[in-house]
Amino acid sequence: MRDQESNSVSRRAFLASAAAVGGGLLIGFRVPVAGASQDTSALAPNAFVRVDRDGRIKVTLPYVEMGQGAYTAQAQLLAEELEVDIEQLTLEHAPPNEALYSHPVFGDQITGGSAGLRGAWEPLRIAGATTRVLLINAAARRWRVNPKTCIAERGEVVHARSGRRLKYSELVDAAARLPAPENVPLKSPADFKLVGKSVKRVDTPDKVNGRAKFGIDAAPAGVKFAAVAACPVFGGKLGSLDDSAAKAVRGVRQIVRLEDTVAVVADHTWAARKGLAALKIKWNEGASARIDTKQLMAELDAGLDQEGVVAVAKGDVSAAEAGAASSYEAVFRLPMLAHLAMEPINCTAHVRKDGCEIWVGCQRLALARRMAAEALGMPAEKITIHNHLLGGGFGRRLEADYVAQAVRIARHVDGPVKVIWSREEDVQHDYFRYHNHSRVRVALDAQQAPVSFSHKLVGPAVMARWLPVFFKDGVDFDIISVAAGAYSWPNVRVEYVRRDPPTGLNFGNWRGVGASRNAFIVESVIDDLARRAGSDPLAYRRKLLAGSPRLLAVLDKAVELANWESPLPPGRGRGVAVLDDFGSYVAQVAEVTVGRNGRVRVDRVVCVVDCGLAVNPDIVKAQMEGGIIYGVSAALYGKITVANGRIQQGNFDDCPVVRMQDAPRIDVHVIPSGEAPGGVGEPGTAVVFPAVTNAIFAATGKRVFELPIDATQLRIS
Amino acid sequence: MPTQINVNGAMHSVDVDDDTPLLWVLRDVVGLTGTKFGCGVALCGACTVHIDGVPRRSCITTVGSIGNASIRTIETLDANPIGKALQKAWLDLEVVQCGYCQSGQLMSAAALLAGNPKPSDADIDTVMSGNICRCGTYGRIRSAIKQAANQLGSSQESA
Repeated sequence: MRDQESNSVSRRAFLASAAAVGGGLLIGFRVPVAGASQDTSALAPNAFVRVDRDGRIKVTLPYVEMGQGAYTAQAQLLAEELEVDIEQLTLEHAPPNEALYSHPVFGDQITGGSAGLRGAWEPLRIAGATTRVLLINAAARRWRVNPKTCIAERGEVVHARSGRRLKYSELVDAAARLPAPENVPLKSPADFKLVGKSVKRVDTPDKVNGRAKFGIDAAPAGVKFAAVAACPVFGGKLGSLDDSAAKAVRGVRQIVRLEDTVAVVADHTWAARKGLAALKIKWNEGASARIDTKQLMAELDAGLDQEGVVAVAKGDVSAAEAGAASSYEAVFRLPMLAHLAMEPINCTAHVRKDGCEIWVGCQRLALARRMAAEALGMPAEKITIHNHLLGGGFGRRLEADYVAQAVRIARHVDGPVKVIWSREEDVQHDYFRYHNHSRVRVALDAQQAPVSFSHKLVGPAVMARWLPVFFKDGVDFDIISVAAGAYSWPNVRVEYVRRDPPTGLNFGNWRGVGASRNAFIVESVIDDLARRAGSDPLAYRRKLLAGSPRLLAVLDKAVELANWESPLPPGRGRGVAVLDDFGSYVAQVAEVTVGRNGRVRVDRVVCVVDCGLAVNPDIVKAQMEGGIIYGVSAALYGKITVANGRIQQGNFDDCPVVRMQDAPRIDVHVIPSGEAPGGVGEPGTAVVFPAVTNAIFAATGKRVFELPIDATQLRIS
Repeated sequence: MPTQINVNGAMHSVDVDDDTPLLWVLRDVVGLTGTKFGCGVALCGACTVHIDGVPRRSCITTVGSIGNASIRTIETLDANPIGKALQKAWLDLEVVQCGYCQSGQLMSAAALLAGNPKPSDADIDTVMSGNICRCGTYGRIRSAIKQAANQLGSSQESA
């Protein structure tokens, strides 16, 4: 019970803080660690660690590995407290289990929101420390000495005075009989040997020789391969189907019809794809068949003139506006975005009468199991999921639609079947980052200092479906996140008008979530206000950030490293942007070149991050580098459009992304800190949008209000 | 009639149509899953293999077009010094994030160094821009290729 209470208290605190300041994930509580094993052949005092008699130490990792270094960081936390080398650990993916592996704040088994490390920070250290204390106590009993005179190091308990030593493996049986200690002491950061060090990643050696197993590589015995086509018009259904030609394709075994999808099952993927191409499918396109992007954007624009729900209110914006010397107003429009993880969506499933086995890489395993159970009408306990490495997540694998689809197909197939989406299917049936439009109004006094900040945000409520505790009183806590930035506006109003896409057009989370929308908006406004006031955008920001020392520190460091004052030749510009979200503070300075044809090249990005204690500084750097490239891709090219109810893009030709030749040089600096760890997977992406567009302004004098960046608007005529 | 192909020095008999892309033969028939599917139309490079030493996108290379040529995949990249040096550099510099594209990146890089032992930044950009990485590891890939080139260069000098 204590467990649940502390969770709910903290969640309430989180929600309150999210509502008040628009974001930030706060973890500062003790999570009792559950899941002790009844198995007495090993020491398994909780759901994360198990020490076997043969000395093997198995660690079950609740946060999935999608490139962000989660496995390494989790192993560091546990090994640190258990006093073993990381090489001594055998690492395993956690199975789906809400009770054991839920994120303490999200309340479900989720790897996302740049929150994995923060979710693991206490539980995994406690799990390691509890195990360590049990082993020490067992040794002390055997030696009849005070446990306080014993220490643990490198997989052994040592009695310092006598020099006696026992390996953990020799203590397993005795330790397993002892009661689990409560309130175990955690190591002081000064004693950390692994945490805070750039230890080598545990997942990468097998990723350079082809041995790493992603979901798409699962190969249960007898597996068949399926290619699928879902109705290209969202919300549409399968009408009629002529499969005679498909059945004649060599290697095709069967055709499976679902309500809105057709699958061709074959001996290998190519036969399945040939079979799929040979199908004559008639779709019932349904109500969305005429929808296009123009219409969707018009609906969002209409929302800008509608009254919304007040999500954040401080002071009296109306009075401030009435008494203002002048005012600033701008409208921003953000596009629909796809995720484009390198590993196309896939899932392998074997449905039997008495159960179901699934092989997949997914950021929400427990949800995957619930959705499979629902699709099959089978109790969740009958469903086993083997999680795999993820070939990129970026929010797409926070959904489990493909798991439900795979089991719906697999129930018609004798034996396991691997469903692999084509890249086109992956793009067209994504859970998109949906459009949002914003209007920002700032009232200014006679000295051009802001007296109020008002932001009306029109966009989808992802949380209402995806994580309902983050949707309250009509407000989606994600989309309003950092909607007023970290600036000390005297009066603030954030107003939210909900606009979900039409039914069937799926929408979800995208790297950087709310911050990837709002950092661009707020940091563009600040930049514009500075220029208007005839002030340097850096100086203008500094004045309004007086109450945010950590943000000021990263800002100052970034401009120093970027040589902010040094002049640039014509056609080039430098822009700055900051973000306080995910428990981390980030500043970036981007340098761009804008050609006479308007083409933008991002030459360099300097990024300074204060993420509190960096558990693995090199992984923090890598996350910033990757986040920046991901954001630059979207800023330059990211745009998914709809015509006749269909997504118009399908592959890397019409969804271009940054390649090596376009990649900026990136310099990341990590501020040393002893504060609690913050998240690093997403802020890098969020900040780079405005850093780049502010640099474009510096280069051209033209402000980007709509993404992606439109070269035709920047052309010098 | 089954087709005979030589993969990593071993002969495999595969009973598929001649128009089947090598990618799916390797993955689904031979069982070598290190070669990855990313786009299916030679836009991303994830499926890169070597055919008689030449980098090829296996997603558009039909099995019928290969004949007696020898196919090399990521699984035997370490069979030659260039591959070994690249793998080491990749790990030394912690290039890899999700890792899904890295088989293709490494195969492209190995082919680059085989033909150009001292590539410039521009050489690297030209060749490697055919390989997409959504985790954004480009900067580290470039550094790792240079490190491997340096290591190979200095070991040749000392030999």
